[in-house]
Amino acid sequence: MSAQGETTPTTAEAAVPVRRVKVRRPVTAYWHAVAAIAWKDVRAEIRSRELINSMLLFTLMTVMIFSLALELDSNARQTTVTGVLWVTIVFAGLLGLSRSLASEKDKGSLDGLLLAPIARSALFFGKMIGNLLFVLVIALVLMVLLTVLFNITLLRPLLLLLVVLGSIGFTTIGTLLSSMSVHARSRETLLPILLMPVVLPIVISAVRGSTAVLNEMPSQDWLPWVQLLFMADVIYIAASYALFDYVVEE
Amino acid sequence: MVEHEAAPGMIEVHNLTKVFGVNPVLRGLDLTVARGEFLTLLGPNGSGKSTLLRILGALSRPTAGSVRIGGWELPREADFVRRQLGVVSHQPLLYDNLTAEENLIFFARLYDLPAEQRAGRIRAVLQRVGLWRRARDVVRTYSRGMVQRLAIARAVLHDPAVLLLDEPYTGLDQDAAALLDDLLREVAIGGRTVIMTTHDLRRGHLLADRVAILSRGQIAFDAPSSAIDPDALPSLYADVTGAATIS
Repeated sequence: MSAQGETTPTTAEAAVPVRRVKVRRPVTAYWHAVAAIAWKDVRAEIRSRELINSMLLFTLMTVMIFSLALELDSNARQTTVTGVLWVTIVFAGLLGLSRSLASEKDKGSLDGLLLAPIARSALFFGKMIGNLLFVLVIALVLMVLLTVLFNITLLRPLLLLLVVLGSIGFTTIGTLLSSMSVHARSRETLLPILLMPVVLPIVISAVRGSTAVLNEMPSQDWLPWVQLLFMADVIYIAASYALFDYVVEE
Repeated sequence: MVEHEAAPGMIEVHNLTKVFGVNPVLRGLDLTVARGEFLTLLGPNGSGKSTLLRILGALSRPTAGSVRIGGWELPREADFVRRQLGVVSHQPLLYDNLTAEENLIFFARLYDLPAEQRAGRIRAVLQRVGLWRRARDVVRTYSRGMVQRLAIARAVLHDPAVLLLDEPYTGLDQDAAALLDDLLREVAIGGRTVIMTTHDLRRGHLLADRVAILSRGQIAFDAPSSAIDPDALPSLYADVTGAATIS
């Protein structure tokens, strides 16, 4: 396939006169498709607010329950708040992930995406970026809520970096597994069962790294966790890129 | 059984087999559809019509056999085949929280229509299906007939050479179905190759150049529409599919 221009069937014995197809530079077209899918998800969500409202409500309720149930001194708060942060991100994120592809399947629009002449991985990254944006919005709201209710400043650059890295890994593997479970009858139960063991390295790294940052420990205490998160992200993105074709294939 | 002699076609299916688990749905199916031909595919539920269209749409892989559309081979050259396909099914493949215009912008981007042509093309197809004045309304406020017209606009947006219509009349009232008839006649003009599955024998016969009946995963009957007496079609259909109905 040429980078730009016209292409014809590769099979020499093609007997049929063929309509020529204009093909744009593949890399550009790929990222155009990714951006289009993410734009569509964000646009539809801004209008319906189905997903983000349920995620926000869940986040608010969870944080309120934790803040009322745990009567902690300032030291205990420093070590507990990161656990609360990440547990809430994971469970609120699960709400979004479980509906992301399931709603496409239920409304029949998944076939519309699969019929488009785009790489399957472009579909994956588009959905993943959409999910990531929702999770990051929730994480940001959550950090503000925890800052107010736990009286600890969570909005720090390093902590934000950890949240972004952790959310990338979580939504990457979450989007892949939600695509795998989307055809199952009991997909709402299946997704957490599949996701929790796989997402554990990310949660552990994120909680440990966040705690070290919050307690203003030296860089050797939080840097390995940041590196681990980065490596997990790279591995999950590569694995998802390689596997998504097979996941959506009928 | 009437054999239809066709020249090497836009769509060429040879010895196509599809098995789900241990259940064969398509059993060595052969089919050729010429460029610009409108083929109606009839058959009872479970005869393999939708499975065949899903394979032609590169949504499902054949278990065995070869499929070629416009010279491109499936599933190996699926990306090129998809560029040439427009699909309308009983599900609209649209987003009800987006407006008609936003839906078409989204699909125009997926089909990589040049940015400078998008607005004009979207306007043209929406005008053609009579929805231009409702272009900025959210799709969930549309009636079933309007949604199906928008689905046709989506399917022809990228000017595909082949249209696959999987029971497009499902859920439509008489007026909406009559409007869809006109639209399908219009989109079929201009050299498009069309395959439509339907349970509506009369309508399928009226629209098509050729009618085929699928039974037990094979083409059991295939003839030009002009060679079929529309009044005799129901009994012919019952004769051809009788074995499948009984089993």
